[in-house]
Amino acid sequence: MEASRRNVQSAGQRTGMKKTEKTNKKRSKQDDEEEEDQLFHLNKKEDDEGVDEDLSDSEDSVYSGLEDSGSDSEEEEEEEGLDDDDEEEEEEEEEEEGLDDDDDDEVEEEEVQVQSEQSSVKKSKKKEETGGGKETKKDDEYDHDTSDEEDIRNTVGNIPMEWYKDFPHVGYDLDGKKIYKPIRNKDELDEFLEKMENPDYWKTVHDKKTASDIILSDEQIELVNRLQKGQFGDVNFNEYEPAVDFFTKDVMIHPVTNRPADKRSFIPSLIEKEKVSKLVHAIKMGWIKPRRVEDDSKGRFYDLWASESSSILANHKMHLPAPKIPLPGHEESYNPPPEYMFTEEEKALWEQQDPSDRRLPFIPKKYASLRQVPAFSRFIHERFERCLDLYLCPRQRKMRVNVNPEDLIPKLPKPKDLQPFPTTQSLVYRGHSSLVRSISVSPSGQWLVSGSDDGSVRLWEVCSSRCMKTIQVGGAVKSVAWNPNPALCLVAVAVESAVLILSPALADKQVISSSEKLLTAQTEEGPSEGSQTVVWSETEGEELNQGIRLKIQHPKAVHQVTWHSKGDYLASVMPDHSSHQQVFIHQLSRQRSQNPFRRNKGLVQAVSFHPIRPYFFVATQRSVRIYNLVKQEMTKKLQANSKWISSIAVHSGGDHVICGSYDCRLSWFDLDLSTKPYKMLRHHKKAVRSVAYHRGYPLFASASDDGSVIVCHGTVYNDLLQNPLIVPVKVLRGHVTTHDLGVLDVTFHPTQPWVFSSGADATIRLFT
Amino acid sequence: MGGLQKKKFERGSATNYITRNRARKKLMLSLPDFRRLCILKGIYPHEPKHKKKVNKGSTAPRTFYLLKDIRFLLHEPIVSKFREYKIFVRKLKRAYGKTEWSAVERLKENKPTYKLDHIVKERYPTFIDALRDIDDALCMCFLFSTFARTGKCHVQTIQLCRRLTVEWMNYVIASRALRKVFLSIKGIYYQAEVMGQLITWLVPYQFSHDHPTDVDYRVMATFTELYTTLLGFVNFRLYQSLNLVYPPKKLSALSSSLARVVSSEEEEEAKVDQFPVEGEDMETMEAKEKEEKLLEAQKKIFEGLKFFINREVPRESLAFVIRCFGGEVSWDKSVCIGSTFDVTDETITHQIVDRPNVDKQYMNRYYIQPQWVYDCVNAKILLPVEDYFLGVTLPPHLSPFVEEKEGDYVPPEKLKIMAIQRGEKTAQDEEEEEEEEEEEDEEEEDENEEEEDDEEESEEKELKKMEEQRSQGKSLNVKVTPGKVKVENAARLEQEEKAEEKRLAIMMMKKKEKYLYDKIMFGKKRKVREANKLAAKRKAHDDAEKMKKKKARK
Repeated sequence: MEASRRNVQSAGQRTGMKKTEKTNKKRSKQDDEEEEDQLFHLNKKEDDEGVDEDLSDSEDSVYSGLEDSGSDSEEEEEEEGLDDDDEEEEEEEEEEEGLDDDDDDEVEEEEVQVQSEQSSVKKSKKKEETGGGKETKKDDEYDHDTSDEEDIRNTVGNIPMEWYKDFPHVGYDLDGKKIYKPIRNKDELDEFLEKMENPDYWKTVHDKKTASDIILSDEQIELVNRLQKGQFGDVNFNEYEPAVDFFTKDVMIHPVTNRPADKRSFIPSLIEKEKVSKLVHAIKMGWIKPRRVEDDSKGRFYDLWASESSSILANHKMHLPAPKIPLPGHEESYNPPPEYMFTEEEKALWEQQDPSDRRLPFIPKKYASLRQVPAFSRFIHERFERCLDLYLCPRQRKMRVNVNPEDLIPKLPKPKDLQPFPTTQSLVYRGHSSLVRSISVSPSGQWLVSGSDDGSVRLWEVCSSRCMKTIQVGGAVKSVAWNPNPALCLVAVAVESAVLILSPALADKQVISSSEKLLTAQTEEGPSEGSQTVVWSETEGEELNQGIRLKIQHPKAVHQVTWHSKGDYLASVMPDHSSHQQVFIHQLSRQRSQNPFRRNKGLVQAVSFHPIRPYFFVATQRSVRIYNLVKQEMTKKLQANSKWISSIAVHSGGDHVICGSYDCRLSWFDLDLSTKPYKMLRHHKKAVRSVAYHRGYPLFASASDDGSVIVCHGTVYNDLLQNPLIVPVKVLRGHVTTHDLGVLDVTFHPTQPWVFSSGADATIRLFT
Repeated sequence: MGGLQKKKFERGSATNYITRNRARKKLMLSLPDFRRLCILKGIYPHEPKHKKKVNKGSTAPRTFYLLKDIRFLLHEPIVSKFREYKIFVRKLKRAYGKTEWSAVERLKENKPTYKLDHIVKERYPTFIDALRDIDDALCMCFLFSTFARTGKCHVQTIQLCRRLTVEWMNYVIASRALRKVFLSIKGIYYQAEVMGQLITWLVPYQFSHDHPTDVDYRVMATFTELYTTLLGFVNFRLYQSLNLVYPPKKLSALSSSLARVVSSEEEEEAKVDQFPVEGEDMETMEAKEKEEKLLEAQKKIFEGLKFFINREVPRESLAFVIRCFGGEVSWDKSVCIGSTFDVTDETITHQIVDRPNVDKQYMNRYYIQPQWVYDCVNAKILLPVEDYFLGVTLPPHLSPFVEEKEGDYVPPEKLKIMAIQRGEKTAQDEEEEEEEEEEEDEEEEDENEEEEDDEEESEEKELKKMEEQRSQGKSLNVKVTPGKVKVENAARLEQEEKAEEKRLAIMMMKKKEKYLYDKIMFGKKRKVREANKLAAKRKAHDDAEKMKKKKARK
């Protein structure tokens, strides 16, 4: 390889001087030579096939390196020319050198360097030499330019010429000098004028690279025309030459070559065998499946339900079919009646609401004609949501309560059949100036006593609603109670921390005297042995004149007084959390008081004596305790199931108790049945203040802060197996609620089916 | 002491349910596959009665499936197909990754497919079951048939949906099964009665869809897969019932009838045998007969009429509806194939137009707006065309699906239509009369007002007299006038008594029943309130309209 290169160089050196004069000529032939050069190489390759491949490569690289540099040095040409001339020589030499090719491997690099130095020297020389002659020869040089190569008059290469738009030149010629644009650019007017005037305009072509116009010659135009028509460029080329068959169509008897067939053409290929066996294995193993027969049964429909069987359905006990989509109403119409359109407020409300709260999932709209109806933007959404509902939504069987609401109302005996009971308000007792806390009726039913917050106790005649007497007691009256013994005429009044015993003197003389006697009898006995906490004292002067006979001073404010049915015993209540002295029982005949409880069992709300037997009922906040007074022990504790008991009443038979509570309930206890309420009545809208039983009739009443008194029929049967019958029979209204207080006390007439009620509006009313 | 302690959650409802994740693991399926399986097999979560018990004491929100359902899925052949498909995808990916194109081709040729026939049969053991559930299938197929080929689903699916829906519509036409049509803002609702089942479906208006991004089209596609299979079999059976060949050929235009045989067959329909019945049954039978007669009349309301559809009108819907009720219909040749006659045809009775006016009008035909057709179908009679002429403000289009019970609000338009159905005088006359009456009323009112004024004046005079007397210092002469006997209205008293009785009885209700009762009564009251509100709104609207009219007159 190296040898050959040296060879070339040496040849160049030898001929260098001689060839200088010929340069012009050579240059014009350049392209031809290049072609020849290639040919030459090909030839060479053919010749020294396999032997000298490396050599040709290296030569190529040398040449290409020179060409790349862009300098058009004569050296190349010289060499080429030299090649041309000394072709034969070289070949010979190469053949010679080729043999000792391998020996010179080590010197390779040095020589390359040497060579390059030499070439650079040569280049500079040649430039100097050719400098003058170039300009003159330029024109003819390009006349014979037949190469397909890039035009090299401008050396900028294949670039968009717009890049030179802003420069005065369009590129560089071979010598590196600028090629300038024509001084005056043609504007459109010039163009037009030229078009009009220049007869050659149609065959003028603007060359962007050199910024000059070229007029095409007749030959060139013809060439263009031919190419446009799709003909060959060469005029003389005959495209319809008769075809010559390379091979005859007749089958020859003898083979083309005399060479016998190879052995391998008789032996099956091992590689192919391997491939086939692999495939066979894969098929056997099922890795490759035979091509599926086109199954057109998919999408073909037939009578699926030809033989109907419902066997599978039996398994679907829990199957819940999906509910159907509700059908649209008038409001979904494209042209709904005007009343279904949203008003502004409804629209605003709809927009504010959460999508799940809206009653309609869309805003009704009205269009004048079908043509104007647009697409519904949420159509796909809604369908998708339906899909989600179908497969994601948990289903549950909900029993729809399908009852007639009338059937829910219990069938009760008609109130008409349960008469008598109070139905109308017949009398109003006016006179008090503040709310009337408590009322009580005399055992004869002729008189009524009432205590009010204005500090007075009034005695009324029931039938005429006349106020018989007004007694100023000097404090808010919490409770009044008429002695139930018809042989006595006494009234107990709770005023602040005292209980007063009044003798109203509204009865027969005999009765009055007997009661006087009772009161005076005790005085003779002297002060009671009772505790110091309760002080009995007789009244004097003005108070005595008013009829106040005795004063029982308590340690704390008294809230309730109640009589035993015999009329000798009297109980008073002083609610207090911290003390065990909440209830006192006073004996009138002996002027003695005692505290029955040693321990505090909760805030006492109300107390009551059993009408017949020696039992004592104490209502604390949540429960009612029943004490046996003889045995001195608790017999029962009733759970009221309410938050705060307000009042208690005991049936005249003694086996039934009702409790009113501040959480609007009234509980009826059957003492024989259970300690839990037999019935809870939630009739009232507000706190129940007072409850009362009628002494004779099967009636009870409850008074509440909502201003109403509800009278109920409550039959109690002697038969233990039959539960009491409770029927509300009348709602009595009349009282006006003042300061959120309605009716404060209610009580029945002892003999008539009448009910008295006192209210916060300072009146007492009688309903008959 | 005692036996073994019972462990919690090992019996009872806790063992009857299974959570979704556990079910998925049991079936060894990925979530999308599980979802598809549930959709295809119609398995849905159940809400247990005692959720906490089932959830093993936890209150975390979980969805539960019946364990039986999941066991039932275990033996489903389609599960193995899903697995096969998964393997196929894996292999295909691998082949692509290795650029083994021959393998790719071979795999693609052997792509596993599955059929849903057995699932349809299993889910709908009888044909009636299938018909009962066909609503959703129809809605979905009609929606998919309107999709453009945008890659949201396979083109074949769209084409299949289109084919099936057209077949369905042709069946409905052939069997004259359509009952009700409703133009809503969402689309057009149709209701048909097929083999005694009421089937309702919704068709969107013909617009291209704005495909939302938050919709999972895979779910929809799975549903559609099942629904197309179902609908195909249903169609087959229905066509068979009409003695027609399935699949039919060339139907898309809805212009040609399936077979001439059908119409004649219908006419000679066998009369129902009459059995001797007694008393009340007789009445019901008569009512039934009447209904049947009405139905027959409804089926033929457009018989003998010839419609021409203008191009701006939804062609398919109208052609479908008109042909369902025996009308002849055609359209411009350039709109769609299958037009049977031209605009110039002299025998056309109605031309359906949806524009303010038409340039060239023929004398012997009505130019009406499309709503007339739909309203006629819903009213079951031919309504007067005057309200539906071109450029006329249309009367409201009412939903035929609303059946007003007692106490519900009934729009006045419905009352009018009902009156026409009963054969009373036409609504327009009434309106005119009403207007006249109103005018008279107004005059009377004016007179009344004057009278009232007179009364007031007289009262004032008396007052003045009294004042004068007072000012003179004379005490008013107290008179004792004979008291009037209060006339007690017995009926009213009785009513009041009853009301009170009821109120008292309600007080005695148990807490639970009271709650229920209150709830029912609340619902009733709300209904009444809503009806009142609608009525008030309508009245206000009508008054406003009247005022406008008056102003216009003046």
